[in-house]
Parts: sequence; C-alpha cells; structure tokens
Amino acid sequence: MAEKRVYLDHNATTPLHPEVKRAISEGLENFGNPSSLHSFGREARARVEHARETVAGFIGAEPEELIFVGSGSEANNTVLSILSCPSKNCCYTPGGGTDIITTKIEHPCILETSKCLGDRGIKISYLDVDEYGKISLDQLKETITEKTRLVSVMTANNEVGTIQDIREIAQIVHEQGALFHTDAVQAVGKIPVNVKDLDADFLTISAHKIYGPKGIGALYVKKGAPFCPMIRGGHQEMGRRAGTENTLGIIGLGKAIEMREKEMEGEHTRLAGIREALKKGITENIPDAHFNGHPTDCLVSTLNVSFEGAEGEAILLYLDLEGIAVSTGSACASGSLDPSHVLLATGLGAELAHGSIRISMGRETSMEDAEYVIDKLPKVIQKIREMSTVYKRRVS
Amino acid sequence: MSNQSEWVYTEKVKDHFMNPRNILLDESTFAEDGKGIVGNIKCGDQMIVYIKVDKEKGIITDCKWKTYGCASAIASTSILSEIVKGMDVEKAYHLSPKDIAGELGGLPENKIHCSVLGDKALRAAINDYYKRNGMAEKVEKEKARIVCQCMNVTDHEIEHAVLEGARTFYELQERTKLGTVCGQCKEEAEGLLRDYIKQHFG
Repeated sequence: MAEKRVYLDHNATTPLHPEVKRAISEGLENFGNPSSLHSFGREARARVEHARETVAGFIGAEPEELIFVGSGSEANNTVLSILSCPSKNCCYTPGGGTDIITTKIEHPCILETSKCLGDRGIKISYLDVDEYGKISLDQLKETITEKTRLVSVMTANNEVGTIQDIREIAQIVHEQGALFHTDAVQAVGKIPVNVKDLDADFLTISAHKIYGPKGIGALYVKKGAPFCPMIRGGHQEMGRRAGTENTLGIIGLGKAIEMREKEMEGEHTRLAGIREALKKGITENIPDAHFNGHPTDCLVSTLNVSFEGAEGEAILLYLDLEGIAVSTGSACASGSLDPSHVLLATGLGAELAHGSIRISMGRETSMEDAEYVIDKLPKVIQKIREMSTVYKRRVS
Repeated sequence: MSNQSEWVYTEKVKDHFMNPRNILLDESTFAEDGKGIVGNIKCGDQMIVYIKVDKEKGIITDCKWKTYGCASAIASTSILSEIVKGMDVEKAYHLSPKDIAGELGGLPENKIHCSVLGDKALRAAINDYYKRNGMAEKVEKEKARIVCQCMNVTDHEIEHAVLEGARTFYELQERTKLGTVCGQCKEEAEGLLRDYIKQHFG
C-alpha cells in the first residue's frame, strides 16, 4: 500500500460532505411520495421544496424556474432535445430558427447529442477555442444568424478549467434573438454563478461535483423560455420531468448547495494557494512540463499539465501506486484511441495531449497533499522518460 | 477490498509495469546486432527493440527496449524482452501478439494493439540483424503487411474487403475499421483500394 491516499480527481466526482451525509440519513426516515396528499407525502414535499428554494436562491433563480433531473447529462440532453421536438403544440416556434451553435470543448453529452441532432437535419456549428480553451466572441458573432435557435457554451471546462466570458456570450446570443444555455456543472459551487447576472435561459447543475450525491442534477429554465419534457407521463416538476422525485438526492443536492454557500469563498483563496504551490513545484522539479488552460480565467481547483515524452495513462497508474488519484487526457486511459478532444481543440499536439494529467482539488485537499505530489510526481515522470522512445533531453 | 480489483490489468502486467525489465537507458552502452522501431506517437505508442545474437548458435542472447506508451505497452515490451532471451532467432521471428498477451495473462481488448506492436518491433529487429549479417534472404516478406497500425488492418484484409464489394474508402472503413483512429494510413489505403479494384475488376 502507498504511504497515503490523496484524491485529486474532484472534477470527476467528489466525496459527500459530512453535512450532506447527515441530511440524507435523516431523509431516509421519510419515505413518503411528495405527490401524496397525506402527511407522509406532505413531509417529503416540504423537503423537496426546501431544497428547490435553496438551490434556486443560490443561483439567483425563482424556485419554479428549477427542475430536478437525474444528472447533468440529462439536463443537457433535455435542453438540446427541445430543439428537435417536431410538435407544433410544444415549444416549436413556427418560422423560427432551429440551428444550434456550441463549442468543440463541450462535455460529450452535449457533443454527442448535437451530432445526433445534426444527423436529423438540424444545422450544428462548433466554435473553435484558442490555445487557452476560450471561444472567440468574434467567431460567435460571425456564426450566429437569425436561424440560430440555441447557443450552448459551458461555463467552466471540466478538463482544463477554463472559464468562458458567459455574460458577453449571452448578450451576443440575445441580441440575435436566440436562446442561451450554459453547462455550469463545473462552475456552480466553485465560482459565483447568477442566472440573472449572466442572463442565461437554461443552466445545468450537478450535485456530485460539489459534495452531493450521484444521480441528481438540476436544470434552470428561465420563466417563459420554451420547454419540452424529455421524460413524459407525470405531473412532477410541474409536468416538466416525469417520474417520482428522487427525494434523497434532492435533499442531498439542497444541503450540498447550502454548504457551498458557506464554504465556497474561503475555499477559493485556499485552493488558489495550493494550486500555485503545485504549479511552482512542478515547474521547478520537472523539466519540459506544459500547463494547459487559461492562465487567469481558470478554476482554481483544476490544474492540467502535460509532460513531454511521458504517456498519461502510465503517469496515472504510477501515481495510483503512490496513492495519488488524478485523471488523464491520454487516449489509452479513456478506452478510446483518441486523446482528449478538449486538448486537441486548444491546438495541443498529440504527444502533449497523450501526456497530460488533470489534478482537480477539493475542500479536503491540503498543502500537505500538494507537497506529497511534488515529492512523487518528478520520480514518476523521470522513470517514464527513462524508458521513453521520445524523450531524449535532460534525462540524468 | 483488494488493491488489484481496482486495476483493469492482470497481476503479471502490473508487475512488469511496476518493475520493467531490460530497459535500455543509454544507447551508447549497448552494441546491438539488430534494432527495430514501430508505432507512432500520434497513436500514443512507440517501441524500439534491440537484440544481441549468438551468430553461431542462432540464439538471441540479450534483448533491451524503449517504449513510449501506456501500462500494457510497457508491460508487453518488458515481458517480450524476457521471453526472447535464449530463444532461437527463427522461433522468435514467429512470436505472435497472442503469445505476448498470453504470457501477460491477457490484456483488455482495447489494449491488444500494444502487444501487436511488441512482436512487430522484435521482427523488425531480427530483420535488421539478418540484413546486417548478409542473411537478407531470410527476411520474410510479411505474409500480410499491416497498413493501419491503429486497428491492425493488413493489405490482405483490404484486398478481401474489395473482393467482398468495398469500392469506396468509406465502405472499406465500414468493413475493416481501417483509418478510424489516427487516419495516417488513409492515403496508402486509398491507393491499395484503387490497385485492388483495378487488379480484380479492371
């Protein structure tokens, strides 16, 4: 066994906050169906609506603008599916546009759904990103037309942490009369996100990225925005998402958000310090390391770095043997044969894309953890480079 | 909860990954009799195999290597270097990817191409040895030549696909999955496609 275990994969998922665990445990006693009229049901309903108020309040929305869904992926699929609904009675705007604009660095649940819509005849445009992972507002202006129905741009990227200029993007989209969606799964609870301030029509939230349980997310739908349910056949969530509510999940999400409200700000400063220490330690101890993502507009909890001549899955697994958990953009680790689509979109070469790791920190990450990484990582990279066919320089 | 349950690889792979054998740290310290290089960085794997041969007995006496790649690529080359030491050159020449994966106790399906690279690198090293020692006639024309390194598709399979009705690159891809990863073989495959169509259907 390794000396210690250090979890640095918070963008993949997070451990439950102790307060979330407690809230879920308490919720276990209340099994009622929130739709039931009797006291059992009313108790469950009260908990669900309390959570709704908490989550909505945190992002500056009205409670009735928030729909609980099964995951961030479901929320994203739902927003895109609105565009493909052929029913004239639903949300389809006769004569209106159907084109979609998104980016090359979205989560696969946006990209693959877009591709599917493309196959069904909807025009999809994918915006490029610069070397730091930012889209160009000019390219958006050039791409958007009166036929554009929806623009979907993620707030913060899960792989490199780059934060987009959402407010400016929303403004451009609305000037053209289109709808704006942002996948804010990696942003809500990490940076301030306010739907009124950003002027989003749709916004996606996931619980398990912010110390809540898996299998629960939320979709903000601005009052008056067109909507078409993806799961039909029930009055739940105001007829917008059928299926008996996941009460425990909803309670967990509500508590997770409540705790984020308390802890987010202080954690931001603390993690910024640890991130700087990591960056410095890597720069000083490992030659030929390249940091990916935006130098300033970036999640402080995410550090993505590539190493010349070292393949990512090998780095990940050697670190795993030391008890350190990170992720990689290498093809080998993903089960596919292509390296990260996000890193390739930033123009990174195949070698550096294969040689990337993502360190993503969270509320329990300490400076000691960073020191442990700085102690172990250089030895791992050296070991891999010594056997590498590519890396020739500076191997001692 | 055992540690190994968290690994997609066998204990043997893990062992060779943790303690790789016979890495060539410094090329200048090893006067090889043959050297073979295969793979490319774009696909995420590259291997170099170096061999020393007892020319009188025709036996491989030493084998060293370098690898850029994932855990299974590292483990494949490491175990290969152990298997071939003391092995008859002729026998080593016909080692198959299956032999290597078998020695490792199996590899996940999407990692099989790593072991394919291992046996190819060894064959390239033996070919190099043959050429250096005036035995060029022993260099076997590969029964089938791999065109698409990523998906391990040979010229024979392309010919077969043409005989089965493939006429466009897209149809060829549908049948063989060729060129669906790095796409570097596209030009060559298109050339072969044209040639085989001409040859068989003129």
